[in-house]
Amino acid sequence: MVIVEAKDLTYTYPNAEKPALDDVSFEIQKGEFVILTGPSGCGKTSLCRCLNGLIPHFYQGELKGKIVVNGLNVVDHPIHELAMCVGLVFQNPENQLFALSVEKDVAFGLENLGIPRKEMRERVNWAMETAGIMDLAERAPHELSGGQQQRVAIASIMAMNPEILVLDEPTSFLDPVGAKKIFGVISKLNESLDVTVILIEHRLDLVARYANHVVVMDAGKIILDGEPREVLNSEKTRMLGVGIPKVTRLFQLLEEQKALHSKKVPIMAEEMGELVRGALKA
Amino acid sequence: MIEIKDLWFTYPNGVEALRNISLEIRKGEFVAIMGQNGAGKTTLIKHFNGLLKPSKGAVLVDGVNTESVSVAKLARKVGFIFQNPDNQLFCETVEDEIAFALKNFGFKEAPLKRRVTWALNLLGLMEYRKASPFMLSGGERKRVALASVLAWDPQVVVMDEPTIGQDYSQKEKLRQFIIQLNTQGKTVVVVTHDVEFVSECNPRVILMSGGRIVADGIGKDVLTDVELLTQASVVLPQVTEIFMGIKDLEFPLDVIDLYEAKELLLKRLGGK
Repeated sequence: MVIVEAKDLTYTYPNAEKPALDDVSFEIQKGEFVILTGPSGCGKTSLCRCLNGLIPHFYQGELKGKIVVNGLNVVDHPIHELAMCVGLVFQNPENQLFALSVEKDVAFGLENLGIPRKEMRERVNWAMETAGIMDLAERAPHELSGGQQQRVAIASIMAMNPEILVLDEPTSFLDPVGAKKIFGVISKLNESLDVTVILIEHRLDLVARYANHVVVMDAGKIILDGEPREVLNSEKTRMLGVGIPKVTRLFQLLEEQKALHSKKVPIMAEEMGELVRGALKA
Repeated sequence: MIEIKDLWFTYPNGVEALRNISLEIRKGEFVAIMGQNGAGKTTLIKHFNGLLKPSKGAVLVDGVNTESVSVAKLARKVGFIFQNPDNQLFCETVEDEIAFALKNFGFKEAPLKRRVTWALNLLGLMEYRKASPFMLSGGERKRVALASVLAWDPQVVVMDEPTIGQDYSQKEKLRQFIIQLNTQGKTVVVVTHDVEFVSECNPRVILMSGGRIVADGIGKDVLTDVELLTQASVVLPQVTEIFMGIKDLEFPLDVIDLYEAKELLLKRLGGK
């Protein structure tokens, strides 16, 4: 089932000369884990802003073409309606947190929906538990470290049970172990609850393993759109300056020298290890 | 350039953030400070320009005790680029932002203009010079913050998480850029979680955990010590992870560099 569909989507910010999105068309199926990547300023963030209606309703500017999210044509539905099905987690968690305690921040969205107290309690606890911030419940968000704040932001979005989770470099401020934990959480939500995940990320080393769909953008256009291993192994991706996993690059270098072959291009260290082991045995 | 003796630091709320840190950073060195969130990395670097003063012990910058000079004076020597660029940007245009500190330091009109242009070019921001910093992407804002500090040409450049929000080619530019600063004799200190970036740059690595320094050495040694890294919540570089997973095949285990890995594997696998 198609959950996001864009057709000939072109968007220009007010007073901008060039469009931020230039004739973009793609489809995302329900339950997919999509990585959206590409050089800085390529239009990734703008594309995500279209998904919950920030574009065009908040940023205004000129939108042409069609974008439909969960059956709703974005242009015809206000942000608060789209926000019910699309949860957005930003790069910088500070922009998203404002309540006096972590617990209140996580509960805020639910309070606005008028969810019964008992269900609210359960959902808030579940979200805090999943994001690993139970012990921070009483703390003030602005006193927390960047990494902890991002986990609070993710918990407050997760409490809303969105159909689609859009995350814009959500682990930038986390240490690698914390980042792995968050990607694990997102992946679990994707697998067990069938939440569609759209993740903007540069560090493909960290996230390639979770994805089943990768979209590469450059200068407002979609350059590649497909299966992760195929996209990551493409010459086009590398020439764009997208940081493909080191494992994949190492495989390419060895394949060029005819030292290693595989139909399945490795994207994780353990896959590469097994390839080397197999080749040495043969 | 920076000398730290028996430094302890406790925040007013009682949190003991630094415990008995002793450290010397020489002129022209490139140092990466790594460790998990809350390990004390940012607290430590805030002592380099006097933003924080020791609870116990002493910090000397270029031979001067930070207790005896103002932050404004130290800032001329030690330039800081914060983790979140929004905390240091406030002007209406990128150009004004870069000129701001220069004006405060009393630069005259002509050299000021030259330096602004130089910094804009250096970080590829020329086309944005009239833009509002707040209209730019996170990665671009980070570069504006970097440009505004480099413009006044400090001797020590301290960057807190400079690779956040930067794409691969910008990271590569940053890497070359740091090397360039190094060759000009500048001291560069980077606080980062980005183990891939560090393994590409190969600086001196200082690993922190629980307010202490738990390791200090070359990347090849520190970044391949599984036990230490686990203690400090740092993950292995991906290249190292490959070899750790096939330990039984008797490859060296201290490999962090992609091209070194390639040569090692080629030797064993053969090829054309």
